[in-house]
Amino acid sequence: MGIFDYFKSKSAPSSASVAKDRLQIIVAHERSKRHQPDYLPQMQQEIIDVIRKYVNIGSEDVQIQLDNTDDCSVLELNVTLPEQN
Amino acid sequence: MNLSGDIALAKIIVVTSGKGGVGKTTSSAAIGTGIALKGHKTVIIDFDVGLRNLDLIMGCERRVVYDFVNVINKEATLSQALIKDKRTKNLFILPASQTRDKDALTIEGVQEVLEELAKEFEYIICDSPAGIEKGAQMALYFADAAIVVTNPEVSSVRDSDRILGILQSKSKRAEESKAPIEEHLLLTRYHPGRVASGEMLSVSDVEDILAIPLLGVIPESEAVLKASNQGTPVILDTESEAGLAYMDAVDRLMGEERPLRFLEIQKKGFIKRLLGG
Repeated sequence: MGIFDYFKSKSAPSSASVAKDRLQIIVAHERSKRHQPDYLPQMQQEIIDVIRKYVNIGSEDVQIQLDNTDDCSVLELNVTLPEQN
Repeated sequence: MNLSGDIALAKIIVVTSGKGGVGKTTSSAAIGTGIALKGHKTVIIDFDVGLRNLDLIMGCERRVVYDFVNVINKEATLSQALIKDKRTKNLFILPASQTRDKDALTIEGVQEVLEELAKEFEYIICDSPAGIEKGAQMALYFADAAIVVTNPEVSSVRDSDRILGILQSKSKRAEESKAPIEEHLLLTRYHPGRVASGEMLSVSDVEDILAIPLLGVIPESEAVLKASNQGTPVILDTESEAGLAYMDAVDRLMGEERPLRFLEIQKKGFIKRLLGG
């Protein structure tokens, strides 16, 4: 740190705290996906392909999630259909 | 398969990280040497097939005749392939193969070699290759403990978290629902001055994110490059902060209490600070 750095604004967050915030978010996100089976992305793609045969949707219109609770797994599929004209 | 407890006598420790270049081999060499210095018969195995480097760091590159893959393929016996360290008593190195393909390591082959080593050694240190592919998974599969080498830097921390996920799901202990692998965080290339000025993640930042017990913090040190230039594990440089910090980490690994040190900023003179040195 040189003499001029002492006059710089102190309000901006340090780069280390930005790094920590970013890491906490991405690591939490990746941990939540850690226990998902490997076939999930491909299954999601195939489900999208089937729906597309009938309805015009984009890949971002389908949310797929697998939740494991004790002795029961729930596959949640959320499809946003386009508005009807 | 002989599982009569022979393998349980030896403690298998994998040194891993996910990311490359964070100091796995430097740490394997230092920690293996440190454990041997404490009187335990120790072998360090280089699992990086195709990119052998432990031999260079340990200064025994010209003594490699047979390697890990030769032993697995029964082209050489274990005693032919093991290199006895010339400086440190109780210490042996099993070099990786340099030319073979990555499929040369098989779970069965590795298990057989580990079981044979476990009859003779108290500690088996597995120096993992970078990545999360087969080589890295092979290095951690039989581990009882893992030392996760991490730099205070975003990509290294993220990759460490991924390797922790693999330790918890793809190891033998996980597959057999046994007690999980002991996890240890080793933070390397730490720069206290940059942490103080908010330019680098601190020890507690990394501990918060990874949430595993801290084994040690190795400060960024010129001694590490100097040691690798000379083929001497840095832990033997007892003049250097890095060497002493590694020795502290080994003591903690053996269950002794050691306060963290070398985390404070080295004071610079007033003039040097003014000039931004």
